[in-house]
Amino acid sequence: MNNLLTIFISMVIINNMVLAKFLGLCSFFGVSKKLSNAFSMGIAATLVMLLASVSTSIIYNYILVPYKVEFMKIVIYILVIASLVQITEIIIRRTNINLYNALGIYLPLITVNCIVMAIALINSAENYSVLESIVNALGAGIGYTLVIIMMSGIREKLDLADSPKSMRGLPVAFLVAALLALAFVGFNGIV
Amino acid sequence: MNDHKNRSNSKQQQSFHPQEQHVKLQKQHIKQQKQHVEQQVKDNKKSGSGFWKELVRGIIISNPVFILILGLCPVLAITTSITNALGMGAGVIFVLLCSNILISSIRKATPTMVRIPVFIVVIATFVTILNLTFEAYVPALYKSLGIYLALVVVNCIILGRAEAFASKNSVLLSIADAVGIGIGFTIAVLIISFIRELMGTGGLQIFGRQIFNIPGLSAHPLIFFISPPGAFLIIGIVMGLLRLVGVMKNE
Repeated sequence: MNNLLTIFISMVIINNMVLAKFLGLCSFFGVSKKLSNAFSMGIAATLVMLLASVSTSIIYNYILVPYKVEFMKIVIYILVIASLVQITEIIIRRTNINLYNALGIYLPLITVNCIVMAIALINSAENYSVLESIVNALGAGIGYTLVIIMMSGIREKLDLADSPKSMRGLPVAFLVAALLALAFVGFNGIV
Repeated sequence: MNDHKNRSNSKQQQSFHPQEQHVKLQKQHIKQQKQHVEQQVKDNKKSGSGFWKELVRGIIISNPVFILILGLCPVLAITTSITNALGMGAGVIFVLLCSNILISSIRKATPTMVRIPVFIVVIATFVTILNLTFEAYVPALYKSLGIYLALVVVNCIILGRAEAFASKNSVLLSIADAVGIGIGFTIAVLIISFIRELMGTGGLQIFGRQIFNIPGLSAHPLIFFISPPGAFLIIGIVMGLLRLVGVMKNE
């Protein structure tokens, strides 16, 4: 139990996917222009990461390791993740059209996002069990959602600011991310 | 209600094939690339000296990092030292070259419907080869690159080039494109890692050999620059400067 809590907290704030590990930057800068979009993106990403790490850690622990074919993990994971996202999208579209309208457009974006692939690779690199993988993915997803919401709140205000012409848009967003990351460095050593 | 149904129906038709949807993901990035490529293809037909033109274009005009803003994750994550940047650059060039060659040579045999899954499997295979090679011959570098070497597989640059260039052009031109884009990527990561290593450690080291030290700085290095916030700061400033001198366009 203690171990699970450690994994969770370290994934949310200390080893934050975006600010400490630089994963999922494309969506982090692409979707963080509006608060509502950022929230939907965060939820969709968390959902996909949970599903992906459950299925990939089952495959890793019960198929790849017993048959000693761990080196195939990259090829297998990317196929599993890509088809998983497709299936999730079809299920959501058929069952709940409102949820689909809210999350649907973000789901395909996530397939090629490195966070999902990364969480699967981290789970197998750390030899996490299925339960630990789920907690790890949940932590990573919540960390991602937290940071993208903070970022979009700041960027909504930033649009009104009078920044130098050449810094407008992406460069100044990087500087904001630098300050956020600096704040998150302060959490080092909690666990 | 009817309206809802209609809309969802048309959506279903639009995105009935999973492959089709997959294409959507990369549309944004690829759109930019396509414009570049189409222009370039026209020019090539006029001049005939396609190979060198493609190569130079990849390095400067459509530099993947600074101009197209693709594949940022490794750019920030592995630029803590020049050695890492060189390793990552070599890895990206290898995967890009092999996947471009293979994809462009099978482009006529690949059905359009399943092209994206085919590309993904081809790329994943070469990334696996790259990982195993690095693990066997340069274990120290493999360890310091960590999961980012495996994450080359989800790098937008590689799938983007496969879709926008290699699936439409001859093998020779695809080689030029891969080498150009690969070198462009390597130069970009080298610039950023040079600044970060210089400020963060006060000297330069390539594959364990000390090149030079800055006297005062190496005793008290600015560790901030090799920590994560430093990466965001440096790339933000470099991008701002490139826009100021007009290499990149303002938003």
